[in-house]
Amino acid sequence: MPETTKTSPLHTVPPIALRRRITDHVMTGAAVLTVILVLVPLFAIFAYLVYRGVGSINWAFLTQTPKPVGEAGGGMANAIVGSAFILALASILGVPVGVGAGVYLAEYGRNRFGDVIRFTADVLNGVPSIVIGIVAYAIVVLAQGHFSALAGGVALAIMMIPTIARTTEEMLLLVPQALREAAYGLGIPRWRTTLSITLRTATSGVITGIMLAFARVAGETAPLLFTALGNQFWNLRVNQPTAALPLQIYTYALSPYDDWHRQAWAGALLLITLIVTAVAAVRFAVRRGTFGAA
Amino acid sequence: MAFSALPRPNMAVPQPVEAKKVSSLPPAGKQAAPLTHGLSSETGDHVFRFAMFLCGLAVLATLALIVYELMLRSGLSWHAFGFKFFAGHDWDPVNEQFGALPFIYGTLVSSFLALLIAVPLSIGVAVFTTEMCPLVLRGPLSFFVELLAAIPSVVYGLWAIFVLVPLLSNYVQPFLARTLGWTGLFVGPPFGISMLAAGIILAVMIIPIISSITREVLMVVPQHQREAALALGATRWEMIRVGVLRNARAGIMGGIILGLGRALGETMAVTMVIGNRPEIAKSLFAPGYTMASVLANEFSEATGNVYLSALIEIGLALFLVTIIVNALARFLVWTVTRGQPTRANA
Repeated sequence: MPETTKTSPLHTVPPIALRRRITDHVMTGAAVLTVILVLVPLFAIFAYLVYRGVGSINWAFLTQTPKPVGEAGGGMANAIVGSAFILALASILGVPVGVGAGVYLAEYGRNRFGDVIRFTADVLNGVPSIVIGIVAYAIVVLAQGHFSALAGGVALAIMMIPTIARTTEEMLLLVPQALREAAYGLGIPRWRTTLSITLRTATSGVITGIMLAFARVAGETAPLLFTALGNQFWNLRVNQPTAALPLQIYTYALSPYDDWHRQAWAGALLLITLIVTAVAAVRFAVRRGTFGAA
Repeated sequence: MAFSALPRPNMAVPQPVEAKKVSSLPPAGKQAAPLTHGLSSETGDHVFRFAMFLCGLAVLATLALIVYELMLRSGLSWHAFGFKFFAGHDWDPVNEQFGALPFIYGTLVSSFLALLIAVPLSIGVAVFTTEMCPLVLRGPLSFFVELLAAIPSVVYGLWAIFVLVPLLSNYVQPFLARTLGWTGLFVGPPFGISMLAAGIILAVMIIPIISSITREVLMVVPQHQREAALALGATRWEMIRVGVLRNARAGIMGGIILGLGRALGETMAVTMVIGNRPEIAKSLFAPGYTMASVLANEFSEATGNVYLSALIEIGLALFLVTIIVNALARFLVWTVTRGQPTRANA
């Protein structure tokens, strides 16, 4: 117990301090270990994705529709286009409402009703995507009588709205009040000020929010399972079932065919490249301001 | 700090553009009396405000619509089974007997398993990024963890099927069976596809959520708490334990519960590895089923109104649980960050 340490030649360290010091080192080591443990799956996923995906992406994959079950070859062209189609529908429906709700919260929402909407948006953000799929099924598929691209678009739009609303609000609140007052002082009506000055000033932030929401729903599968359903053929009609990249990956991953597994990896690589590019682009665009502080 | 992921608005550019627009704006007649609002601008204000109000209302209406539709369409099952629905073991679409207990059990066990793995890791990562790592590493590190959040569920599932599951069945499960088999939690054939696999993949998926919220909460702990602890002679770990973690525990709890909310509702990756068998087994090596995966698997093929209604009732239960969990989490995070909007894109 009266053991002295060799850490410092100048003074002896009492045993209690040694224990504390060891604890400190152990905990630092533990924290580093957790970081490694978290980063390993990340790199493992990306490495494996690239390893399996790169060899599988070829011209046929990008330009052909799926071959009949069990037959090798074919591609996911219809799913790629279908995904883009559903996402476009979702954006058309979701972006204006989301931005509008954000404007309302920032410009007119400093009251009880605004708080209710804010809370609702946060709650909506946490609703499981599969439940949103059920609702889109109930309001669109049952009403139309069949699965459709529109139903998928509605489901994804519902998921985009809360994210866009909250980021738009945050961005508009960052615009200094003086800018608005200056506009009022010039006799510009309030609506015109909001549209041409406040929103315009915050444009890059609002777009960032939209991109994040877009990246989030681009990979969603669960809400499409019983709305867009999937399709082996081309479809660009709003009221017909449509293939989507995540759906196709899901189906192929669970199939017993090696060639379909290969295509699932190719699809996953394509999907993730798109999403990571979007996220990284957003990150890069805002880098100058706050990268280090994050 | 709370806005870290988003840019500051660029104030310099729009002003000259505006100058042009302003001059073209008022109708010729109104220019003489700039202080009295013309009728047109007032109407414009009302119309605009009303339109924006409608958008806000749409958010509220969406939630109301979700509740309404779920309740309306699950009515049939609710009338047929009542509370027994949540206590019954049988899931027999052919004879129209529906009991949701195996799914509730599967959802709870897989989520808690995920929390068990994810919580220590996420807090470790958050502590490392805020308190220990060199400033240069901080940005990239949080970026990488954010990337983990950007990977779609279905890609996690794909990876889990082809990498995680073989790994489990070849190495991890035999090892666990040998060393911890006596607990009864790790017995049975090591197929890989199991509750354990679902728990692990869920853990990987919720780590970014928990760690990013924890990081945010740790960053709002006042600097003087740290300085005071250090001044009293605390080591760095003691400073973190006493000065940082203790002050932030409510917020960390909020992050954990938010992660739980995500885990409860997570569908695709779980469906792909959990085995999808509606039974309750003690062993984590056994296959299970969750509320979200039964919806994913059976909803589009459900024949018969009672079957569909029973599935929607599961959806309703899932919805209510996640709402409660999320509301609790938001409240806890809010008590620490004091109403600063949190950046939780969960």
